[in-house]
Amino acid sequence: MTKARRQSYGAKGAPYGFLLPAGILFALFFVLPIGYALWLSLHKVEVKGLGLGKGARSEVWAGLTNYADALTESELLAGALRVLGYGAIVIPVMLGLALLFALLLDTERVRLAPFTRLAIFLPYAIPGVVAALLWGFLYLPDVSPFYYVLDKLGMPQPDLLDGGPLYLALSNIAVWGGTGFNMIVIYTSLRAIPAEVYEAAKLDGCSPLQIALRIKIPMVAPSLVLTFFFSIIATLQVFSEPTTLKPLTNSVSTTWSPLMKVYQDAFGKGDLYSAAAEAVLIAVVTLAASFGFLRAANSRTRQGNAR
Amino acid sequence: MSAPHAPVSPSASATRKSAPAAGTTPGTAQGPPLRRRIALVPTAALLLGALYCLLPVLWVVIAATKSGSELFSTFTFWPGTGFTQNVKDLSAYRDGVYWQWMANSAFYAGIGALLSTAVSAISGYALAIYRFRGRETVFNVLMAGVLMPPVILAVPQYLLLAKADLTDSYASVLLPLILSPYGVYLARIYAAAAVPADVVEAGRMDGASEWRIFLRVALPMMVPGLVTVFLFQFVAIWNNFLLPYIMLSDDEKFPITLGLFTLLEQGSNTPALYTLVITGALLAVVPLIALFLVIQRFWSLDLLSGAVKS
Repeated sequence: MTKARRQSYGAKGAPYGFLLPAGILFALFFVLPIGYALWLSLHKVEVKGLGLGKGARSEVWAGLTNYADALTESELLAGALRVLGYGAIVIPVMLGLALLFALLLDTERVRLAPFTRLAIFLPYAIPGVVAALLWGFLYLPDVSPFYYVLDKLGMPQPDLLDGGPLYLALSNIAVWGGTGFNMIVIYTSLRAIPAEVYEAAKLDGCSPLQIALRIKIPMVAPSLVLTFFFSIIATLQVFSEPTTLKPLTNSVSTTWSPLMKVYQDAFGKGDLYSAAAEAVLIAVVTLAASFGFLRAANSRTRQGNAR
Repeated sequence: MSAPHAPVSPSASATRKSAPAAGTTPGTAQGPPLRRRIALVPTAALLLGALYCLLPVLWVVIAATKSGSELFSTFTFWPGTGFTQNVKDLSAYRDGVYWQWMANSAFYAGIGALLSTAVSAISGYALAIYRFRGRETVFNVLMAGVLMPPVILAVPQYLLLAKADLTDSYASVLLPLILSPYGVYLARIYAAAAVPADVVEAGRMDGASEWRIFLRVALPMMVPGLVTVFLFQFVAIWNNFLLPYIMLSDDEKFPITLGLFTLLEQGSNTPALYTLVITGALLAVVPLIALFLVIQRFWSLDLLSGAVKS
């Protein structure tokens, strides 16, 4: 440590120099836009007279009225609830499946593991838009094999793109696309557990199920926290899947998710000020949810260590 | 996709005593060990998972072979006769704009990931190797960037780029994606694990400049991790939809995701375009799947879980 501190002046400036490109990009594409969004969210346009001519439209201070409007707007709240319902399906199912598949891959004498691992990981390579598009067609009665089978069996054909089933249809796309990536993250940390740990457990008479529940799952807890964390962020920001399904059904509105509402207000209506306030609110909720989750996860691990 | 740094798991060792599967054979845990060679239930469950993941891909492969009329009239998993015609129609659509979209995606993802990896590498190296004032602050501020919803960034980014007269340009999709907080995070983990402090110190003793030490000594050591960062960025940019959706209006500059989306939007009015959308979707996933199969060996996926062995 003392050795590392004895550096020349060049070495002292070096890290700052190395971080310069990241710093400039961060200022231009993160700090500046966020600052601008905050500024916009606190302003509104005031129209004088007929709104014609130079100086007739001017930006004036609006205080928190944009936020108050956004918070009392029913459609934004409805979108937030829709995303909440969607996340309540996606996150447990996706991470549950990812953990299950990772544990199965790590089971003794399982066959075809490399093939199945690659197959389950494959959807990660497929863009969300294309995934939504593929599943969208599989949900369409005219072209779907599922409807064909149901038809032959004489069973009723549900409308997957409307009402409650729409949530399942959308969730399925996210589960399909995300399970493999999370499985790999969990599986990789499973493989990093030293073999001696299992041998000791086996000598003590642990069954594979007990090993999975009592040893494997607790030891991959950090990976589970990481996958949870990224899943929460991704879910709150769902945009491309419902947008892609929109042309196939009338049940997905242009304001289905909060992000779609922001887009609609900014570019559909041209009301940048309300859009900025909504975007800031979404960011605050995302940050609160992420930090709240990390905090809870941290205190849980600390408790676990203390035991 | 195997993890080269992870130790071999006990499943490779020749223990044949335990029950074949976790939680699949109740009663055998304490009872006599079953001597089966294959863990049947786990294998079957994994195959089921694989089938679920491959099914839509299989469907699009078959659907792309159908002509417009076959798509709605024949059994969905029965191949049609129209594949070459579909590809011809797709290529002819608006003077081959489809292939322009593919080229654009390759450009955005290729150049974007390369620049992004370079910035991640140098930032991650600086954060991992040097002890300097404000290091943790810089890192934490960068990481907060991961949490920023793309839309809170994208809308004002659009307005700012509009002021610089840069919207609807290749730069408007490329520039905002160069700095990736997650890429910096990965590069930092990897640099900390792969570049020993002694080696950097030895370079200094030899009188090499800090820049030269980074380029000649540290960078080669970081290559396996940087391949992962590159691939991660490549996939992220290739799959990106929101930013080009907001930034671009000229469809000659669209990436493939946005192109297919607009095609689908038009297709909902004219079902004749469905075959084009389906064929286009198939051809759009082929390059990425091929890329995956070819370079999966070079992925060091343990990096993604933060489980790098030091």
